Amino acid sequence: MGVREAYGETLARLGEVYKDIVVLDADLSGSTKTCIFAKRFPERFFNMGISEQDLMGTAAGLAAAGKIPFVSTFAIFATGRAWEQIRQSIAYSSLNVKIVASHGGITVGDDGGSHQAIEDIALMRHLPNMVVIVPTDAIEMKSIIETIVEYNGPVYVRGSRIKFPIIFDDSYKFEIGKGHVLLKGSDVTIVATGYMVHSSLEAAQRLAQEGIYVEVISMPTIKPLDEVLLLKSAAKTNAVVTVEEHLVTGGLGSAVSEVLSENYPTTLKRIGIRDKFGISGKPKQLLSHFGLTPHNIVEAAKEVLGKKKKRVSLKVVATG
Amino acid sequence: MVAVDQLEDIAKQVRRDTLVMLNRAGSGHTGGSLSSVEILTALFFSKMRHKPLDPLWDQRDRFVLSKGHAAPAFYAVLARCGYFPLEDLVSLRKLGSHLQGHPDCKFTPGVEVSTGSLGQGLSMANGISLALKLDGKPSRVYVLLGDGEVQEGQIWEAAMSAAHYKLDNLCAILDHNHLQIDGTVEEVMNIEPLSDKWRAFGWKVFNINGHDYAQILTAFDKAERTKGQPSIIIAETIKGKGVSFFENKVEYHGVAPTDEELERALRELEFDSQRG
Ligand SMILES: Cc1ncc(C[n+]2csc(CCOP(=O)(O)OP(=O)(O)O)c2C)c(N)n1
Ligand SMILES: [Mg+2]
Repeated sequence: MGVREAYGETLARLGEVYKDIVVLDADLSGSTKTCIFAKRFPERFFNMGISEQDLMGTAAGLAAAGKIPFVSTFAIFATGRAWEQIRQSIAYSSLNVKIVASHGGITVGDDGGSHQAIEDIALMRHLPNMVVIVPTDAIEMKSIIETIVEYNGPVYVRGSRIKFPIIFDDSYKFEIGKGHVLLKGSDVTIVATGYMVHSSLEAAQRLAQEGIYVEVISMPTIKPLDEVLLLKSAAKTNAVVTVEEHLVTGGLGSAVSEVLSENYPTTLKRIGIRDKFGISGKPKQLLSHFGLTPHNIVEAAKEVLGKKKKRVSLKVVATG
Repeated sequence: MVAVDQLEDIAKQVRRDTLVMLNRAGSGHTGGSLSSVEILTALFFSKMRHKPLDPLWDQRDRFVLSKGHAAPAFYAVLARCGYFPLEDLVSLRKLGSHLQGHPDCKFTPGVEVSTGSLGQGLSMANGISLALKLDGKPSRVYVLLGDGEVQEGQIWEAAMSAAHYKLDNLCAILDHNHLQIDGTVEEVMNIEPLSDKWRAFGWKVFNINGHDYAQILTAFDKAERTKGQPSIIIAETIKGKGVSFFENKVEYHGVAPTDEELERALRELEFDSQRG
């Protein structure tokens, strides 16, 4: 099951329990999977047409009147077209609106750069009051939706078009602001989010074959970031790689480097898109075009490991 | 119900409060505050069901000041109703005040949603109207728009939505003072034919004089009786209304009265009230 499907089904299920849930979409309910809720609860579903600014504003009003609005469209239109509506009408008053977008990142594929949100995490992360979440698999998405419905405040969840492998089991419980060590290691820390968690796990396997043991952390919550987990791991490995399907500026890589720079300066390499827009292609092709493959992660891990060793030996020379 | 002559007295007090607040703050929007005074007082002192001492009373009618820069007049009306002490008014725009430069629902009782960025209030009012309908509540929703403000695209998205969802519990009021910041609305970006536009978008339109209480209150009642579609009251107003040297002056959109102007303005209002 994909993360979109997990969202749609969970939302429809929660609709039975939470009578205050209302769902809004902007003519993309088939893609975002809010159509499942719409079918079951037509009176609580509002298609706002192709008008994302009004979509966000209406959701704000519904929240102000006590409803729990879930708002869905593609990530780029949600966070781009309606950014100022999210800022002024939602985040500024900390209204209880859940923006659950689909089609984050370049794995949107064929539709090309106009439809690939590579800056959405940055746009949402910079809004006070906003929580920013990226699911790792369908099971986590289900738990995310079950968790945020109980949380009072604005949340952005970045979903994807492609299906992700499943790594969690049904007992998994998502918590806002908690990362997970998926693999223990002491040579390098890899912090990843979304689909990149899976690529990082694959990279970790390859590195282990070469005798390099990396710690893989999945960071489903980009904001608030699990600083404690990050710093603990960085203190152990002294070398960090971040991996995200997003610009290296403003997203997970930025968040991690901000925390490390202020608290524990560490050799760091950010993997992501560097100052470019997306292009058309198949998701797999695009991931390798933009350097987001397990191979790239392996190379980055070796690079930070090399730098760390050089640093250590320099220190030995200097102090010795 | 409050009698019209009483409303007129309240309007005068609100105008005085507004001018004093703006003067003490040293900045703020004078013209568009003064043009809305009758509309706001008619709503809060006559039309709307609300309880100032229980601002979140769940049967209340709701009000959204989409043209958020008219905050001074709005705050004066809220204070005169009893939402908070009159003494608070002079803290407008000051550090630590609950009276922010533009309405902020985090701080001020009686403010339903935060506004200030023009063009966003109608969508929020629609959302509130939808929620009230879902809950089967009879409360009504009022939203005050500026005439320059309706140049925003989001207003027309929201105009479509309100008609599409048949929000007959919603009543918009358009403060048609014909001025914005850079000039007349006609010069800057013509919005006419305004009534035809709203009608074409599926709204019931009422055209009135926005400083005449009888007309304002009749229009509110007619809007309330309108079923199956949202209503908009296009209120002809005078920007800067009540102070001769501010009236119809584009340059008094966003400046506060100086001490000397305040004194002259208060004297004018005093004279008017003795005469009237
Ligand atoms: C989105 C947005 N753009 C610009 C402004 C700056 N601004 C404040 S008031 C105003 C003019 C408003 O004119 P109108 O709606 O006619 O208001 P009124 O004449 O009633 O004061 C402008 C451009 C703003 N507050 N929000
Ligand atoms: Mg105007």
